[in-house]
Amino acid sequence: METGFLPRAGFQALLDALQQSGYRCVGPRSRDGAIVYDTLARMEELPRGLRDRQAPGAYRLEHTDNPRFFSWANGPQALKPLFFAPVEPLWRSERAADGAIRFAAIEPPVERLAVIGVRACDLAALRLQDRHFLEGRFADSRYAARRANVFLVAVNCTHPADTCFCVSTGDGPRATEGFDLALSELDDGFLVQAGSDAGRALTVHLTLLPVTAVRQQAADREIEAAARRQTRRLPSRNMRDVLFANLDHPRWENVAERCLSCGNCTAVCPTCFCHSESDEAALDGGHSRHLRQWDSCFTPGHSYIHGITIRADTRTRYRQWLTHKLGSWHDQYGRSGCVGCGRCISWCPVGIDITEEATAIGGEDAHD
Amino acid sequence: MTDPQLPRAAQIVERVQESPTIFTLRLKFADPAHHAAFRFDPGQFNMLYLHGVGEVPISIVSDPQDEHLFDHTIRVVGRVTHGLASLKTGDRLGVRGPYGRGWPLKSAENRDVMVVTGGLGCAPVVSVINYVMRRRARFGRLVIMQGVKHSEDLIWRERYARWSKSPDTQVLEAANVGATLWPWHVGHVTELFDKVQIDAKSATVMMCGPEGMMQVAIDHLTGRGIAETDIHLSIERSMHCAVGLCGHCQYGGQFVCQDGPVFSYREIKALFGKRGF
Repeated sequence: METGFLPRAGFQALLDALQQSGYRCVGPRSRDGAIVYDTLARMEELPRGLRDRQAPGAYRLEHTDNPRFFSWANGPQALKPLFFAPVEPLWRSERAADGAIRFAAIEPPVERLAVIGVRACDLAALRLQDRHFLEGRFADSRYAARRANVFLVAVNCTHPADTCFCVSTGDGPRATEGFDLALSELDDGFLVQAGSDAGRALTVHLTLLPVTAVRQQAADREIEAAARRQTRRLPSRNMRDVLFANLDHPRWENVAERCLSCGNCTAVCPTCFCHSESDEAALDGGHSRHLRQWDSCFTPGHSYIHGITIRADTRTRYRQWLTHKLGSWHDQYGRSGCVGCGRCISWCPVGIDITEEATAIGGEDAHD
Repeated sequence: MTDPQLPRAAQIVERVQESPTIFTLRLKFADPAHHAAFRFDPGQFNMLYLHGVGEVPISIVSDPQDEHLFDHTIRVVGRVTHGLASLKTGDRLGVRGPYGRGWPLKSAENRDVMVVTGGLGCAPVVSVINYVMRRRARFGRLVIMQGVKHSEDLIWRERYARWSKSPDTQVLEAANVGATLWPWHVGHVTELFDKVQIDAKSATVMMCGPEGMMQVAIDHLTGRGIAETDIHLSIERSMHCAVGLCGHCQYGGQFVCQDGPVFSYREIKALFGKRGF
C-alpha cells in the first residue's frame, strides 16, 4: 500500500516539488500559542517537537525534544477557512447618476494551494463542506474556485488530544480517502502513500526508499495506539431520532445555564457552514459591496425575521446546533455533521463537551 | 453559467400604496431578454435588493401568465422594507429569483380550494385566490378565510367583497377589533371554521400567517377529515442567500428557501409549532 519511505532530512524535497509545480504550500505553524495553517516554504518552519495539551476549555503548546513535525493534535483552525472564506465579497452594486444600477460578481483570486498536515477528521469535514457548497441545487462558485486546485497532504494522526473522538464518528485517526498523499510519521522519516494521480506524479520528484516491514508495522501500531487512547465518544453515529424525541429534555436547560452563546464552537467547527450577508456601502452612495461572513446559530440575528427572534434564548440555540449537527444533517447530507475533531470542546470558554451533552440527552436510547 | 447569487437590475413601473404600511411594486427587469425568460410559480419568492442596504425575500403576488410585469406586495417591517417603501416609479432595485417551491396549484385542479390567512395582507395566498379566480372552471368550491388584528389592517377590501359574491365561493373574514362598518366577524378567524362548506375528501388547503393560527386551523381541518398531505403551509424563516447555502432557514431536514417555502403539513409536522425551530 505504501509508496515509499521519505527520510526526515528529505522532507524539504516534498515542499520544493510542490512549489515547483506551482503550489503555494500551507502547513502547520506555531503562532500566538497555537498550531494554525499558514504559508510554509521551508521544513524548518514546521512545529518540530511541539506537543499540545488539550482539555475542555483548554489548549496549551509545549516544547519537547521529539524530532517529529506532526506530534500534535489539531489546533483551532480546520481546512474550512481556506475554502469557505471567513469573509468575502460576492458582488458589487453600482448606481449611476441617472439612477441605473448594475451588478458585477466578484470572484476570488485563484491560486494553487497545497495543504500539508491534514488530519483524517478534517478530510471528512472537507468532504461534508464539498457536499454542502458544491453538490446541492446551487453550487457555490467561490468555494469551487478555491477548492479546484488543491493538493492535500494528509498525516495520519498519532497524537490525539484528550478532546478527540474521531474513532466514535468513524472519521479517523487514519486518513483513508480524499488526499493526494498521506504520510505516516516515524522518528526517522515518513511512509508516503499516494491517493491520487496527482499524488503519484509528485512522488516522482522524491527520493523514496522501499518501505520495510518493520517501519510499516511501527507506523500501523502508532495509529492503532492513537485510536485506543481516545476516551470520548458519541453514543451513536446517528442520533437523529433520539435527539428529536427529546426536545424537552431538562438537559437543554442545564447546558444553557453554562453556555455563553458565544459561537466559538461554530467558528472552530470544520463543518459549520452558516454565513450572513450584508452590504458595505461607499459613503458617496455610488457603489456597495455585498459581503458574506461566517455566522453562528448562537447569535440572536441568526433566526431573526422582522421583529421575531425564533431562538431568543440559549436553550433553543444550543438545541438548534446539536439537533442539526447530530440530527437533521442525516436528512440533508446522509451522515452526522460531526467528525470527532473535538475542537468545540477545547475552544469552548466554559468547557462544554458535545459528547457529554449528547450522552446526557440521548445516550440511553441511542443505538448504532 | 449565471451566478445564482447575483441580482439583476429591475425598474419600478408602478407603485401602489395599499395601506399606510403596505405597498405593491410592479416591476420589470431592465434586460428585456431576462424579463422575457422570467417564469415563476405562485408561492415562489424573489430576493429584492435595495442599493447599499441589503436584500429581503418577498413572495411574488402577480399572475404567472402576466408577461408584462411581476408584482411584490411588501409590508414595512424592517430596515430593507423601510427603504424599499421610499422608492418611486422609475426607480431601480436588484431582483434575483424566483426561488423555492410554490403552491400545489396543478394538483389542486378539479378539487375544492381553501385558503386561510392571518395577519396583514398575506400576499402569498392572495396570489392563489387571483390564480383560481382567473381559471375558475378548473377548480371546485373556493373558500377564503382571513383574520386580521384590526379591521383597518385588511387591504384589498373591495376584492374580498367582490369575491364573496362570486359563485361557489365563500369568504369568511374576521378582525379581532372591528371598526364601524366592518361587515365581517369580530373575533378570531378560527372561530369561523364551523361555517366552512367544503368537501373534505377532495379539498386542497393553502395557508400562511402566524404559526399559532395555522396550528389551530390544522387541528380543525384534520378533525374534519382533510388529509395532512392536502394541507399546505407557507413558512417564513430568516433567509440571506435563498440558494440553500447560508443555513439561516434550516428547518429540521429542510431548507425553507429551497424545499419550501410551501410545505405540506405532513412534511413539517414533526417540528411545526415547536418553539425555537
